[in-house]
Amino acid sequence: MSERQATQMDKSIFVAGAAGEGIQTIGDVVSRTFLHHGYPVFASQEFESRIRGGNSSVRVRITDAPRNAPVAAADILLALNPEAQAHYADTLHPEGLVIAGEGAGLVIPFVDLAVEHGGAKIYANAVAAGALCAVAGLPFATLQKVLENAFSERGEEVVEANVAAARAGFDQALDELGDRRPKELPKRDGAYAFASAHETIPIAAAASGCRFISAYPMSPSTGIITAFARSPDLGVFTEQAEDEIAAINMALGASAAGARAMTATSGGGFALMVEGLSLAGMIETPIVIVLAQRPGPATGLPTRTAQEDLLFAVRAGHGEFPRAILAPSDPQEAIDLTVKAFDLADRFQIPAILLTDQFLADSSFSLDGLALPAEIPEDHLADPARQPKEYARYASNSSGISPRLAFGQGGRVVCIDSDEHTPEGHITEDLQSIRPAAVEKRLEKLRHVRAEISPPRVDRIEDAETILIGWGSTRGAITEAVDRLRSDGRKVGSIHFSELWPLPDLSFETESVAYWTVEGNTTGQLAGLLRGELGWPIVGTIGRSDGLPIDASFAIRELMGRIS
Amino acid sequence: MTDLKEYAVSIENQWCPGCPNFGILTAMKRALVDQGLKPHEVCLVSGIGQAAKLPHYLKANVFNGLHGRAIPAATAIHVANPDLKTIVTSGDGDLYGEGGNHLLHAFRRNPDITVIVHDNRVYALTKGQASPTTRRGEKTRLQFEGVQVNPAQMLATAIVHGCAFVARGFAGDVDGLSRILGRAIAHRGLSLVSVIQPCITWGNHPVAWYRDRVEPIPEDHDPTDRRRAIDLALEEEARFPVGILYELPSGPTFAESYRKRVGDAPLYELPRIDRATLDHRLTRMIVRP
Repeated sequence: MSERQATQMDKSIFVAGAAGEGIQTIGDVVSRTFLHHGYPVFASQEFESRIRGGNSSVRVRITDAPRNAPVAAADILLALNPEAQAHYADTLHPEGLVIAGEGAGLVIPFVDLAVEHGGAKIYANAVAAGALCAVAGLPFATLQKVLENAFSERGEEVVEANVAAARAGFDQALDELGDRRPKELPKRDGAYAFASAHETIPIAAAASGCRFISAYPMSPSTGIITAFARSPDLGVFTEQAEDEIAAINMALGASAAGARAMTATSGGGFALMVEGLSLAGMIETPIVIVLAQRPGPATGLPTRTAQEDLLFAVRAGHGEFPRAILAPSDPQEAIDLTVKAFDLADRFQIPAILLTDQFLADSSFSLDGLALPAEIPEDHLADPARQPKEYARYASNSSGISPRLAFGQGGRVVCIDSDEHTPEGHITEDLQSIRPAAVEKRLEKLRHVRAEISPPRVDRIEDAETILIGWGSTRGAITEAVDRLRSDGRKVGSIHFSELWPLPDLSFETESVAYWTVEGNTTGQLAGLLRGELGWPIVGTIGRSDGLPIDASFAIRELMGRIS
Repeated sequence: MTDLKEYAVSIENQWCPGCPNFGILTAMKRALVDQGLKPHEVCLVSGIGQAAKLPHYLKANVFNGLHGRAIPAATAIHVANPDLKTIVTSGDGDLYGEGGNHLLHAFRRNPDITVIVHDNRVYALTKGQASPTTRRGEKTRLQFEGVQVNPAQMLATAIVHGCAFVARGFAGDVDGLSRILGRAIAHRGLSLVSVIQPCITWGNHPVAWYRDRVEPIPEDHDPTDRRRAIDLALEEEARFPVGILYELPSGPTFAESYRKRVGDAPLYELPRIDRATLDHRLTRMIVRP
């Protein structure tokens, strides 16, 4: 509920520059300095698909209660080069401050100070971080502690050079500000977990017993497999597949052999996986797929964000088979839904898809804490001792879920086949006694899965005349929009879906309520599902297609434009 | 002791009567018995096509997956359970065409699996189109003016990529083929066996045409002689040298370093990662003033 607390402080800093200039380092150092000073921070990134050059920014939002939602305007713009300064000039509040190496605003010669005080140009980032902290009213000692933590592994000399360069930037900024020098920001005692959803998903996967990931690198999903590779203590075998087709077929092979397995990709890679998704449905083999969305079609905007693949995830695959689709809205929910995805996939022998996006992947949230669920379900492989010697993989039973053994488990022979198959797993073209029952058996599982899906979160809908409906990563922005509209006296509420498929049975008020979906797409994909599946009267969709995350100001502006 | 009878199943066979695939099936069963393997210790992996139905015709674990995707599935099955003897058995269209890229990367990975290619030089199940190994100029039920592209040379490609066991067999010689398959299965690392399997329905040559051209690899052939092995691999016109073309001592196999960390047990038998370790990772994300 912290998001509903009134926030007094709400400042944003944009660190802008070219790819390769170190804006992420500056953004991270400044974020952590605020956090060490007791303030919650929300840090998001927008960047171009290139290794060097172009225009990118890290956007740091500081509040006195957690407000994990993106902002579109900056109170302080730190521009590392003149091009970035020009490019991001529009994002600055009218009374905002520019910090730059030359030209207008607060001029800090980043490179000259870096060479003079740190001994090399590379310390320009430390100079910039120092200047930012001075302007923000942060004590230098806190910045120094953050720099020591960040660079201690690279040796004392590197730490000292960074601290000296930061000090120079800090002092220079105070000199330049003169009597406009800010009061020191009061220290708070808040302690926040600072993480992105793609950092927590691998930990939750390991806790769920995942032992295998095969994936092909594709923004914005690559962080998932990288986290496993970097952390052997998570115990997960990682393989960079030759393509996404191999990735999903490997994961299914591992799963059929009894390992909990997953893959991660984005829309284009998921398109290649679709035949494999259908295979998972046919052979009733569990798999978890992280589908990290970015704008399409085709290659689209590789490093930007979107929510364009909801219907793709719901409908992907030839033939008819059940699946679960979960869309976390923050790093804690990413933990809970990852554990749930592994459990649903294993228990019902289905593919489970975690829908994330670039915004969620690359944004660090401040939360009161992060925790694994108290109870993490065990695996659902059957006990071979309770299975007949002549085991039939697809034997029907009263639960509708065939007891699943891995290949060779307990001395049993297990046969699985992508063709329509007999209960023993062999190819069949028996159109009367086997095929219709086999289709029914597979689809019947959807009913079981639906019973496990949690209803959407509702927020201030009791007296609402307008209800904003969102899903996945937009929760923070929509909550903020409702807060702001409420404080203007408008009766607005929200409904947020983090568990999307199968849609739970829902009843809804139809009198005197206008429902709008707020989605990172243009066609209103959730609106279409709610209308088509549940007959929900959705008025329209506030959509966004420019590759940037939906923020509260955007949602409010669009809504007001549509209803007035 | 294992007995051939243990591999018997009562499943209706869908192959054409007299198909040389029956020879491969018999040779495979004999090789498994010779290796002392029990049906539950074997996992047969295939894609789609007539050849890919073979796993159904003997008793073993079966992953009959998607067209062209047997190799990634088999690679991962072996990672997940190294106790299983994992064998891919599928056709040339499946393994060289639809799944050719996976085979290329299997050469690089060197998983401890065996790949048996039923090479009939034609797409049989779809009724007679060219396969990657159909010769240039040969007419088919789709390439009516003759195939306009060169045949794939996957055995030579395997050798070039360092695949440490490359052999050619003939489905019409069950004894010889079962010996080759036995050696392939026993080899540690990736072993590739291409089996000449004349298609008696759509093929451009009868079985006898191949039988006349099959000959054993010269007895003095040194299987570590890469250059000579490539020459023998490329001979697929006037004569077909049959036997082990290339064999090197086993090198590092796929997932070895992971297995050194977690041991050799099937992954489903490993305990969950200690919860305290994971809780600690989450706690470390907290930034305190």
